Amino acid sequence: MSASPVPPTPPPGPRSARPNVAVTLDGEEVLAFPGETVLALARRLGVPIPTLCQLDGVSVYGGCRLCVVEVEGEHRLPLACATEVSADMEVRSTSAELRDHRRRIVALLFAEGSHVCAACVASGACELQDLATETGVDHVPYELTFPSHEVDASHPFFVLDRDRCVLCTRCVRVCDEIEGAHVWDIAQRGSDARLIAGMDQPWGEVASCTSCGKCVAACPTGALYHQGTASGERRPDPGLIAFLADARAGVWEPRDNGAVSQPRDAAGPHEQGTTP
Amino acid sequence: MTTSSTRRPRVATAWLAGCSGCHMSFLDLDEALFDLAERADVVFGPLTDAKVFPTDVDLTLVEGAVTNTDNLELAQAIRANTRVVVSFGDCAVTGNITALRNALGDPSELLQRVYVEHPDLTGVVPTEVVPGLLPKVLPLHEVIGVDVYLPGCPPTADRIKTALFALLDAIEAGEDIASVAAARAPGDLRFGN
Repeated sequence: MSASPVPPTPPPGPRSARPNVAVTLDGEEVLAFPGETVLALARRLGVPIPTLCQLDGVSVYGGCRLCVVEVEGEHRLPLACATEVSADMEVRSTSAELRDHRRRIVALLFAEGSHVCAACVASGACELQDLATETGVDHVPYELTFPSHEVDASHPFFVLDRDRCVLCTRCVRVCDEIEGAHVWDIAQRGSDARLIAGMDQPWGEVASCTSCGKCVAACPTGALYHQGTASGERRPDPGLIAFLADARAGVWEPRDNGAVSQPRDAAGPHEQGTTP
Repeated sequence: MTTSSTRRPRVATAWLAGCSGCHMSFLDLDEALFDLAERADVVFGPLTDAKVFPTDVDLTLVEGAVTNTDNLELAQAIRANTRVVVSFGDCAVTGNITALRNALGDPSELLQRVYVEHPDLTGVVPTEVVPGLLPKVLPLHEVIGVDVYLPGCPPTADRIKTALFALLDAIEAGEDIASVAAARAPGDLRFGN
């Protein structure tokens, strides 16, 4: 790793404090940072909790409900991503009931989209495909809806295939919070909910889009991809978003993929597909 | 006929609406096909050329979705004569590529367009020899009861081998099939390829 040009500063929030909140996670007593979420605690300790809409570097959405956990004394199942630890909290990250809930959620996502892995650009690098394997979804016990949403290929570099969209809003949040362009939104509700660009325009006509490609990097499925990507060729880069968020907070750390961070000007555009 | 506990297991495969890729992957069992032949009789499927689905089958791997009346009849014959039905590959499990036509709605409009409105064809939708299309392509479990799901496009030969021999073990030992499915490693399940 080359010398970091910006001195590392402690990140804001929980990590600057000491872990002093006693929590029980799956029967083991552990110490959490004040303000730490159950999900962050579990990840720090290597306890797997499945997630889909959660993305490091952007705000919490809590839409997919995959990270539900059980907390002693709570009737409802709180979301690990949106629940901060509190003293003497007893959390269970897995149980027969939780596994059943997660399987149902994944199966319902398959049922309401058109997720044909064999013909998808994301096959082999898809978080939904991986979740089916992880949660044990071997078939969809609900009626498959076979939707026929519009594909938007109007952008010169990218394509939006709404049939593969799981409405996780990663792209919405990334574009708004990191790029500051706010091209994406969800229109309508329930089964009519759909991802729209600009004022429900063709993506290619949205003047505020900077073509940075962060939405494409962040998409967990094959809904957003580069023009010309063939089946199984899509390579998402969700870690890019946390890297950019950290970098803007003044923390320069090497990427998981071995790339070494550099000041923005020296490194040039990190995002694939950036306009020349 | 001997009882199922003393005779060799009877195994079938079936090819509904699919590309035969799952059967190609089945052939990729290579030397394990000898192991299969040693302990079971393969009584139906593209590899046997039998015309009518036999009775008293222990295990049937069903490739493909249900898209026409032939598929429907064969699926029902399979269920009526098989102890353990395996939904074999993504087309059987989800409809997969075969079900892409569902987004276009009822196929009668499509047939009209292709066979009747097309200037070079006979002007009638063919009804002889070819089976009629169902309004919607269905995964196998929406048509008949399915005992085990083996996703993949196609399932790899390793996954087929693991499932096939675990199921044969359970059938021979008279064990519960659900326990075999529950004992699968997560990696044995994967949609797509």
